[in-house]
Amino acid sequence: MAVNYNAKEEADGHPSGGVGAAGGGAAGGVGKSRKPDNTAFKQQRLPAWQPILTAGTVLPAFFIIGLIFIPIGIGIFVTSNNIREYEIDYTGTDSSSPCNKCLNVSWNSTPPCTCTINFTLDRPFETNVFMYYGLSNFYQNHRRYVKSRDDSQLNGDNSSLINPSKECEPYRTSDNKPIAPCGAIANSMFNDTLELFRIDNDTRISIPLNKKGIAWWTDKNVKFRNPSGHTNNLTAIFQALDTTKPVNWPQPVYMLDTLEPDNNGFINEDFIVWMRTAALPTFRKLYRLIEKRDSLQPTLQAGTYSLDITYNYPVHSFDGRKRMILSTISWMGGKNPFLGIAYITVGSICFFLGVVLLVIHHKYGNRNTSADIPN
Amino acid sequence: MELCAKKHPPEEERRVRANAREYNEKFQYASNCIKTSKYNVLTFLPVNLFEQFQEVANTYFLFLLILQLIPQISSLSWFTTIVPLVLVLTITAVKDATDDYFRHKSDNQVNNRQSQVLINGSLQQEQWMNVRVGDIIKLENNQFVAADLLLLSSSEPHGLCYIETAELDGETNMKVRQASPVTSVLGDISRLAQFDGEVICEPPNNKLDKFSGTLYWKENKYPLSNQNMLLRGCMLRNTECCFGLVIFAGPDTKLMQNSGRTKFKRTSIDRLMNTLVLWIFGFLVCMGVILAIGNGIWEYEVGACFQIYLPWDAAVDSAFFSGFLSFWSYIIILNTVVPISLYVSVEVIRLGHSYFINWDKKMYCAQRQTPAEARTTTLNEELGQVEYIFSDKTGTLTQNIMVFSKCSIHGRSYGDVLDVLGHKAELGERTEPVDFSFNPLADPRFRFWDASLLEAVKLGDPHVHEFFRLLSLCHTVMSEEKSEGELYYKAQSPDEGALVTAARNFSFVFRSRTPKTITVHELGQAVTYQLLAILDFNNVRKRMSVIVRSPEGRIRLYCKGADTILLERLHPAHHELLNVTTDHLNEYAAEGLRTLVLAYKDLEDGYYEDWAEQLLRASTALEGREDRLAHLYEEVERDMMLLGATAIEDKLQQGVPETIAILTLANIKIWVLTGDKQETAVNIGYSCKMLTDDMTEVFIVTGHTVLEVREELRKAREKMMDSSRSMGNGFSCQEKLSSSGLSSVLEAIAGEYALVINGHSLAHALEADMELEFLETACACKAVICCRVTPLQKAQVVELVKKYKKAVTLAIGDGANDVSMIKTAHIGVGISGQEGIQAVLASDYSFSQFKFLQRLLLVHGRWSYLRMCKFLCYFFYKNFAFTMVHFWFGFFCGFSAQTVYDQYFITLYNIVYTSLPVLAMGVFDQDVTEQRSMEYPKLYEPGQLNLLFNKREFFICIAQGIYTSVLLFFLPYGVFADTALGADYQSFAVTVATSLVIVVSVQIGLDTGFWTAINHFFIWGSLAVYFAILFAMHSNGLFQMFPNQFRFVGNAQNTLAQPTVWLTITLTTVVCIMPVVAFRFLKLDLKPELSDTVRYTQLVRKKQRAQHRYLRRVGRAGSRRSGYAFSHQEGFGELIMSGKNMRLSSLALSSFATRSGSSWIETLRKKKGGDSNANSPSGGADKPLKV
Repeated sequence: MAVNYNAKEEADGHPSGGVGAAGGGAAGGVGKSRKPDNTAFKQQRLPAWQPILTAGTVLPAFFIIGLIFIPIGIGIFVTSNNIREYEIDYTGTDSSSPCNKCLNVSWNSTPPCTCTINFTLDRPFETNVFMYYGLSNFYQNHRRYVKSRDDSQLNGDNSSLINPSKECEPYRTSDNKPIAPCGAIANSMFNDTLELFRIDNDTRISIPLNKKGIAWWTDKNVKFRNPSGHTNNLTAIFQALDTTKPVNWPQPVYMLDTLEPDNNGFINEDFIVWMRTAALPTFRKLYRLIEKRDSLQPTLQAGTYSLDITYNYPVHSFDGRKRMILSTISWMGGKNPFLGIAYITVGSICFFLGVVLLVIHHKYGNRNTSADIPN
Repeated sequence: MELCAKKHPPEEERRVRANAREYNEKFQYASNCIKTSKYNVLTFLPVNLFEQFQEVANTYFLFLLILQLIPQISSLSWFTTIVPLVLVLTITAVKDATDDYFRHKSDNQVNNRQSQVLINGSLQQEQWMNVRVGDIIKLENNQFVAADLLLLSSSEPHGLCYIETAELDGETNMKVRQASPVTSVLGDISRLAQFDGEVICEPPNNKLDKFSGTLYWKENKYPLSNQNMLLRGCMLRNTECCFGLVIFAGPDTKLMQNSGRTKFKRTSIDRLMNTLVLWIFGFLVCMGVILAIGNGIWEYEVGACFQIYLPWDAAVDSAFFSGFLSFWSYIIILNTVVPISLYVSVEVIRLGHSYFINWDKKMYCAQRQTPAEARTTTLNEELGQVEYIFSDKTGTLTQNIMVFSKCSIHGRSYGDVLDVLGHKAELGERTEPVDFSFNPLADPRFRFWDASLLEAVKLGDPHVHEFFRLLSLCHTVMSEEKSEGELYYKAQSPDEGALVTAARNFSFVFRSRTPKTITVHELGQAVTYQLLAILDFNNVRKRMSVIVRSPEGRIRLYCKGADTILLERLHPAHHELLNVTTDHLNEYAAEGLRTLVLAYKDLEDGYYEDWAEQLLRASTALEGREDRLAHLYEEVERDMMLLGATAIEDKLQQGVPETIAILTLANIKIWVLTGDKQETAVNIGYSCKMLTDDMTEVFIVTGHTVLEVREELRKAREKMMDSSRSMGNGFSCQEKLSSSGLSSVLEAIAGEYALVINGHSLAHALEADMELEFLETACACKAVICCRVTPLQKAQVVELVKKYKKAVTLAIGDGANDVSMIKTAHIGVGISGQEGIQAVLASDYSFSQFKFLQRLLLVHGRWSYLRMCKFLCYFFYKNFAFTMVHFWFGFFCGFSAQTVYDQYFITLYNIVYTSLPVLAMGVFDQDVTEQRSMEYPKLYEPGQLNLLFNKREFFICIAQGIYTSVLLFFLPYGVFADTALGADYQSFAVTVATSLVIVVSVQIGLDTGFWTAINHFFIWGSLAVYFAILFAMHSNGLFQMFPNQFRFVGNAQNTLAQPTVWLTITLTTVVCIMPVVAFRFLKLDLKPELSDTVRYTQLVRKKQRAQHRYLRRVGRAGSRRSGYAFSHQEGFGELIMSGKNMRLSSLALSSFATRSGSSWIETLRKKKGGDSNANSPSGGADKPLKV
């Protein structure tokens, strides 16, 4: 990119300006002074702040950062530790696991394989509890996986429903009918059903699981929309568009939640959560909310619980794991010891560095004075 | 205009018949239309694109673009590459278009100039572009010659005409051209219209001083030479009009043939950058290979099993093939390690620096109204790395103006101004110059300060009168009197002009001459002397004499000449006067003045007639005429009476000694390469303090044969080594010398030496087997002066240093003879001075005063280098930090070439989010102010040693970038991995991207040393723009319009609302930046660079007002000839810091100079005893003083 702005050939040997005052009749520019303007900008005299890293600024900065970070770290650490979390791996790879029988289940196996896992919470979960399912070794962040969707379709665009994006291949069409929702992500939607019961004196008390409110508001209201049509009947609309269900799904998208119309179709929250792909191959996704109902009682008391699993989702073939996680949350989200420890460590290092630098500065530091400029 | 571009087969010879267009059209010679523009409206787009895609970088990005169009590979949307590429192509295209538009304009302007063409027997106005070969055109005074013409006739007698060739070859003196006698009689149009001669001549070529052809007319042949040619670009002077036959037109003219495209110069940073970019490509391929292998393994181990959820693409049948595809995908996403914006940004920064040079008020010469001009924009940072300066002398160091400065008349010296205390006054303090208003014929420009000389004239001192009479008579100046009393002298050499002008002002006005008489107005009275003989100057004689008969009938010989020659031809009687005058001469020489001795001799009538008789016979003799004449001259110029001596100041350009002193302190070696004589060059060397008395020795190499030169060089080297050995650590020096030859010699030399070598010796020294020896010797010397060198040799010397020293060279000159050297050196600087503009046209930078070089190098060059280095460091850093994140992510996403960031972020990161702050730093950054850069020339050294950006620095930047990328990925990873919190890909992308933008912004804040309002605006602005664009891209509106393009809808608000994300960003920023701060602080605290110290001092000073003021006073000191800068080289800084009064030190220094000067004149005097020609062994090759 040779930007030599002055490549102008001096065609006839004429200086570009009035250098040759002798220039015959040709030279034009008369009158205009060629003296450069005396502006601060052109003379590079703009007023400027010239910061220098002096002991007076650097050392306090280190101490201050240290002093700020350590308490924040401790705060985060404590908060994180106060969060109750319980995790069950129900993959069933272990032959003793109740779900072992379902290990080699396939999609759409009928009747569905079910298993029940009992567990005990030692301490109660006081606040609202979030129920997650976790998958491991599941590459939702694979490039081909990530791009395999059609957001326009998910936004209810009719033309995209009829003619899904090429990105959805090979889950674009099935039997020459467009798939709705198309693509690998939708196709691989997690479809285990988890139910929680508290076992109180051999009676199973079902714990109400709230399936709404688990997706971002923007996702539910902006990003995902059902196609509109003449009727409010979702089934009719999808059928009118002559779409078909994703290959792996047992039923079409308009039957995801037949009970609640505002959680059906593309705006089904389980579906939305699944469609928000994870960053890393080990991830958890919000499954249900367990709301605190009684201010006097903990949301989940200490005691024995049982988790009923409708095991539809095969992960064994690729060494995947499935988990169910119960967790309370705080202002900073779920349990996360890493951040607190990191803050404490960094704060300490900064403080320590500050001390070291202070010592070095006092012992060997070059106290600059105007007198000792070597020349 | 398309006519111009036609191609012709190479001509063998050219036939041109006058007034015969039909005949000439057969040959299809180029018309007189010139075309320097490259495009027209239609061809612009294809041609310009074709040119741009010849750039490797552009082609590379085009290749990437094509890769991205393959869906299996495409890991990024096509627009991530096409947006920057189109931007770059557009900017360049707009620039090219603008350039070309101006070229079109200038072409049109030139092509549409009017000229008078003889068509069908009458003169018609025609545009230049319509002039054809074979046309006869009429030129008038002060018109440019439209094409290469054969001069047919002119208004002046004998078909003479005068031209000025400044535009062509840079020489300002007038040249004479003469029409062939046979055509010179064709005065009127009717006869010219019938002229049907045919010229057969050489084909077009670029030799300006050669032409051979034959004119066939009326069955006769007449030879034609360059003497008959008027070349395009010349200007007609002092000639009313003339007629010429167009021989070469337009592109065939010698001017156009000469205006070759200059070689494209690249800076060492450019070369380093290209190497580094290649390395990075290598690195990129390595990363690609690693990740591709990873992908292969992953797909084989995991991906194959994962096919239930993610089947392979239809075309992919094996893990191996998948790995192969993923290699290309990774090449696409990792290509941002070398972003296209690197090249554009570098050009933009350089352009900015060039504008700063153009705008610099302190490099503007008010007298000539010329600002400095950066004619190439690609070399700026190299200005900060110069180690060798090759300078022309005349017109560069000196003004080429001779000024009558002092004289010694009959043992009394005039010209010094004494102040009240009787000290010699400083030039700046001189009061009023002598008033010459009594003399109506005086030249108002002449200045003289010693009133006593005028007194002496007025009092009628006969010696003084005789002195000036001699000056007004003994010369070869021509006078021209345009109107009564308005005299103009045309002198062969400026020295002579100065002397005659001096006499004129002191009332001995040379008024006019005829071949036999000279009329002089002596004290108001016209006196006419009969001119009997002129014994002209030549190099052997080094003197000239005239023999005149005064109105009273007395015959007298007046002689002026070099002291070495003349002093031994004086009458032995006046021994005392001789001694006094010699003392004066020494004094003058010590001040760097050019001296001449004046003498006269009365001749008896009889003796003269005898002599004249012999002279007549000698001059008509057929054999040995020269010898016989010389002998006769010798005979009469004997036993002369000494009148006195003159001292002429070869005026240095302003501030030359100071500039040289400062540049020397900046460790820049200055070599003077001049066409001048050795004495003159050495003299100037002393007066501009390149040579000083402090020097241990000045070696003079004047050998004539290879052996002599080799011997002289060897001796010089031995001497240097001897002395350094005796300096004490001789042993270690010897060790070094034996181990490695060249560079160690340099290090070992203790004393200061200078080398003077003349052209003959240089020719031998530059031969292949001796050049290293010569270079070794020369580089060990502090100063090198090469005299009597040809333009080619100048270039050879530069080439030699370039070749072996790996140092940046700068050549500065003003004349056509410097062009080769200017083109050869890394950086060519042209002085837009009096010797035309040839040098300027070939140069990369031009200004009108040598002293601006100091500012160009120490201020602009240093800053440019600093800025460019900082820019590059940061640029590589930020792109590695940005891109390497993908590499780490690869290990967690199945090596699938999934990007970490949103594609828009990738598109905009380099061109929007991070481009402007670093550009602002690259354009505006300053570490120390300009005053400090001049005050502490040592600040220049990091550039010469290339400390700020080299491979080591590069690796540090890369390491820092990689370190940052690791943290940028793994800290959010630690936070996000398997937690409840928004572990989705999009939140992760936003977190990492935001961290990245903040970290690199903080880093640029740390790197920016000079926060102007613009920097503030860009840095804060970039952050603001990042968030603005982030929210815009994630907004509902955009999503609803293009749901498939803006998939991140709602992400920014959801992610950035979480405190953990902010905690993560803060943590990442601190962890990335703190080590850098600690490291920099330690470096600053323990091992500060000079610039750091100066910066710190600056800070302290700002707080202490009083001290500040005091220092400013010192910084300003630099008035002409105040001489503080001539001091011993080491003590300079001390002097400034001690704040000693400048005048005191300059007085001390002038005494220095006296000593050095006298020692030199002593040498000359010693030589005088022996062979009087010893000083000019080159004999006949010597020319009179350079005009």
